[in-house]
Amino acid sequence: MTRMAATRDGYGQALLDLADNEKVVVLEADLGKSTKSLHFRKAHPERTVSCGIGEQNMLLVGAGMAASGYIPFASTFAIFTERAFEQMRNGIARPNLAVHLCGSHGGTHTGTDGSSAQSIEDLAVFRTLPNVVVMHPCDDVSTRALTMQLADTTSPSYMRTARNKTPVLYDEAAPGLIQIGKGIELQTGNDVAIIACGVLVSESLKAAEMLAAEGINASVVDMHTLKPLDGGLVDALVARCGALVTAEDHNVIGGLGSAVAEHIVANVFAPLEMVGVPDRFGESGQADEMLEIMSLSAPHIAAAARRAIGRK
Amino acid sequence: MSTSIEEIEEIARKCRVEIVKMVYRAQAGHPGGSLSEIDLLAALYSTRMKVRPDEPKWADRDRFILSKGHASPGMYAILAEMGFISHEDLKSYRVLGGVCQGHVDMKWCPGVDFSAGSLGMGLSFGMGCALAARLDKSERRAFVMIGDGEMQEGSVWEAAMAAAHHELGNLKVILDRNRIQNDDFCEEQMRMFDIPAKWRAFGWNVKEIDGHNMAEIMEGLDFLEAEENSNGPSILIAHTIKGGGISYMENNPAFHGAAPNDDQFKQAMIELGEVEA
Repeated sequence: MTRMAATRDGYGQALLDLADNEKVVVLEADLGKSTKSLHFRKAHPERTVSCGIGEQNMLLVGAGMAASGYIPFASTFAIFTERAFEQMRNGIARPNLAVHLCGSHGGTHTGTDGSSAQSIEDLAVFRTLPNVVVMHPCDDVSTRALTMQLADTTSPSYMRTARNKTPVLYDEAAPGLIQIGKGIELQTGNDVAIIACGVLVSESLKAAEMLAAEGINASVVDMHTLKPLDGGLVDALVARCGALVTAEDHNVIGGLGSAVAEHIVANVFAPLEMVGVPDRFGESGQADEMLEIMSLSAPHIAAAARRAIGRK
Repeated sequence: MSTSIEEIEEIARKCRVEIVKMVYRAQAGHPGGSLSEIDLLAALYSTRMKVRPDEPKWADRDRFILSKGHASPGMYAILAEMGFISHEDLKSYRVLGGVCQGHVDMKWCPGVDFSAGSLGMGLSFGMGCALAARLDKSERRAFVMIGDGEMQEGSVWEAAMAAAHHELGNLKVILDRNRIQNDDFCEEQMRMFDIPAKWRAFGWNVKEIDGHNMAEIMEGLDFLEAEENSNGPSILIAHTIKGGGISYMENNPAFHGAAPNDDQFKQAMIELGEVEA
């Protein structure tokens, strides 16, 4: 039986793991129970800063602490990170201060709170900022590993985590496999490559199973880092498969699909089908229902793969 | 304190000359807010700031955050007076590749602790510096200068609330209350009502002074540093004159962000005692 877990739990665990580093501080905006920074707060209240419901202030408090030698991890809902976009832009990215922002509850998968809480543009907006690393891991193991690595980076970052549980895809005992900026080929195929992030990685694996039943061998890649994009891996997939699909619980505009498209048009080109939220807002619904009505679930990814192959 | 009132006033006068020269050379920039803040900056830097001009990144330095970062000529002028940068560097103001970027930038200019230019951000950054100092068990302080028009940004009040909540006695704000913002007088753009009462209500220690009277400025800085005010953040509300020191710029919204022409430049140099009439 596949273990199920939420990526936000991996984030919370990583903060605890990082606590031995006395420079690590945690910033909250009244959502620590949800983003899972609360475990750090309980264990290390002296290194946790409550900023109240004030995301703009939180990010710049982080900037001031980063400029003073600390390693701030700030979190809130993905949607509310967007309120502080200009603080991220002018106060963090521009002076290149290593503040690490985590937006939990990203995407339509977050479910029944409805469209106001379903960020579908966070990856796009933060991807436009120079210096900022942008990630959207697919399970708690990789989220934990990637968050741990952030403490050693010198660039600011944005990481989206998800509210709901998804299948855990990585073995705990795989050190070195999960690295910022390196996509991971979970399954190797020659006919089409499905490049996915976040909650759609497991859906892509299901899609690959469906395709396999039809004799189509699909490669499935966990592209947990959208920026910097692992262009070398994309080039290799183009060379081997000749057709690409991207899959993300995010607007088709500006996210992983756009990142891959930007890369292949400037390098070696292949047909690309982009599975993502079709430029519309969400609504209240269960996570699986949202993936269905947004055309993001495994059958939609499989259909996109067939289209991509048909365009070879 | 070794620096006399007269000496600080002379530093401020020299800074005013450089401010006008910078904006005149660039034919762009923000003279009004630079002139209103400069007496405060001269006093703060020459008598209070624990900094090392030859070691600008010294970890335990006091921080100064010019949140109204467009008033950069004033900052550059005092940094040159203090020896962080040279007077030659001042010629790079708004010039490609220059250390004196249009708005103060920590990545470009030694002695600048915050990349400003977007209003409403510096107080939050200063709060982060103050929290870090507390965690480090350091005596260093974070001084932040904000503008009055800037207080219209909501994020200022997020920071005001949070800094008081965290009882940041090492966070010291100076408000350059020059009464003018980009388009017009502040009271025309957005009425301010009782500014001292607002800050008191947010939990701050508050004092008002004349921001061009050097004796009052020194009393105001004493207030910011006073032990009895270390229980939480403090703000010095300095009533100033936008364009202060240059007759035709004073209280003139047109010189928020405009450069003097040739005749105006000559007149400014005469008024500042640089050249004979």
